[in-house]
Amino acid sequence: MSNFAIETVGLNFNFGRQAIVKDLSLQVPKGSIYGFLGPNGAGKTTTIKILLNLLKSPADRVFIFGKEINSNRIAILKRIGSLVEQPAIYGHLSGKENLINRCLLLGIKKSKADEMLALVGLTDAADKKSSKYSLGMKQRLGIGLALVSDPKLLLLDEPTNGLDPNGIIEIRNLMIELTTKHNKTILVSSHLLAEIERTATHVGIINKGQLLFQGTIQELQLLNKPLLEIEVNNVAGASILIQEKGYEIVTKTDSKISVPFVSKTESGTINTFLIQNGFTVTSLSQQRKDLENLFLDITKTN
Amino acid sequence: MRSLYISLLSEFYKSRKTLAFWASILLPLIICGLISSGFYGGSEKIINQHYPSMLLWLHYIGAALGVMGVLILPFYVIFMAFSVNNIEHKNDTWKTLFAQPLHKFSIYAAKYLFALMLIFVCLLLFGTLTFAFGHLLQFLIPKYNFNQFDPSLLLAKFYLKLFLSSLGILSIQFILSLIWGDFLKPMGIGFIGTIMGIITGNVGWKYAYLIPYSHPSLVLNSSKAVKKLTNLSDFPIFTQEIYTSLVYAAVLFILGYFIVIKKSIK
Repeated sequence: MSNFAIETVGLNFNFGRQAIVKDLSLQVPKGSIYGFLGPNGAGKTTTIKILLNLLKSPADRVFIFGKEINSNRIAILKRIGSLVEQPAIYGHLSGKENLINRCLLLGIKKSKADEMLALVGLTDAADKKSSKYSLGMKQRLGIGLALVSDPKLLLLDEPTNGLDPNGIIEIRNLMIELTTKHNKTILVSSHLLAEIERTATHVGIINKGQLLFQGTIQELQLLNKPLLEIEVNNVAGASILIQEKGYEIVTKTDSKISVPFVSKTESGTINTFLIQNGFTVTSLSQQRKDLENLFLDITKTN
Repeated sequence: MRSLYISLLSEFYKSRKTLAFWASILLPLIICGLISSGFYGGSEKIINQHYPSMLLWLHYIGAALGVMGVLILPFYVIFMAFSVNNIEHKNDTWKTLFAQPLHKFSIYAAKYLFALMLIFVCLLLFGTLTFAFGHLLQFLIPKYNFNQFDPSLLLAKFYLKLFLSSLGILSIQFILSLIWGDFLKPMGIGFIGTIMGIITGNVGWKYAYLIPYSHPSLVLNSSKAVKKLTNLSDFPIFTQEIYTSLVYAAVLFILGYFIVIKKSIK
């Protein structure tokens, strides 16, 4: 039995001649919140549509709970709840009617509709026409629709789009609750790392259809090596001296030089030889890029 | 089978508040109501013609059939085919529909069946209301002689024939509306087809039966010959145009399914 809720093996997908997904090997562990990150147009939504069999993948490339998707479409879809792009809602029906319609399609009790409305905080707007809903309310209804069948796996494509800060926090907490208490697996896509770095246990970074990083959030942080930033009066002269002493210079500006941070003692050594050679060091500090910049760096190099 | 039933139930649930659904009830009600009020208001003139009961019924039925069959039925079918698909195009819901654990065939067939049912209900109501309003007229104006002839078999056969003749159009328009999300393309093609159908059907072109849009017109034209029959309801239902309509419907229905399977939800 596979330990992955989702596994793709060297998946390629084209729209005509344009390659959208290239050699993608996703591995989403069961019970994880997998942050699927990438800039707009990176291939996130296409990948999610492939995972839902809305776009046909080549045989033996996509496995959900260990089963091949093309030959087990219905059995797999029974275990997935999804929200793809803008929530798909029948505008002429109320929020409650939209949920009841989904209950009909899934063959589940209509009373589940009220439960979902309460869960996503739409009980008061249950009978309002959903075309009159705000963007945030539509998004919540979309999440309610995704959850109504009590699926084991949730695919959420930018679920916090259009939500206010309170709404974003609510969705975050809901995701954590669903995985910790209800043992669900969530794949959530976003173009902002900051948005999911607090909830995701695993991260996959995709750009131009290629997976650039995949691992736990801690592994991502390990990639992020700290730097020693030195503020000095004569940058040009100090740079030559630092390089002569065998250190690599990562970045250099008019007033600052950055070298890889090794240890506190090493920082002290650098400070000492700079002063001994007549430079004035005005500040010495350890810097770490935030994940957002790291994300930008990873996607920029591809 | 359960998948199909569920999808059909959902189609009904989704559509029950839309114009398309109510049109199938309102259209016969309005048209039959208007014709009946014409027969009510102009009763003296009609009674003075001293029609035998059978001819009076033919006159009365012909009024509804003439309007309905030639123009309204094809456009109604075009509109139905459009609206059952448009509900998904408009709300961008194809992707959720096909992401449900249901057979794609059930989703497709349920939509087609639902459109078929709406057309059936509409024509059934046309027949029933024509019959009922005729007897209501008799009750309101006893001088009429509607009560001396029973048109029920004639009505049933006519409307059944008209229903069968519309299936070819339904299948073509269903595919067009499935592929295109906008109103103009299927409507435009349907409009041109209908005009072509009316012309070719009326001039009696030898091969008119090959154009599905001409089938209702051909059925109506054949109805004019009915008057010559000794027994009015003695006309055949399965004529050349009906067979052609059914063949078109079956072939295009299957073709439509292959389009659905290949349909990529971008």
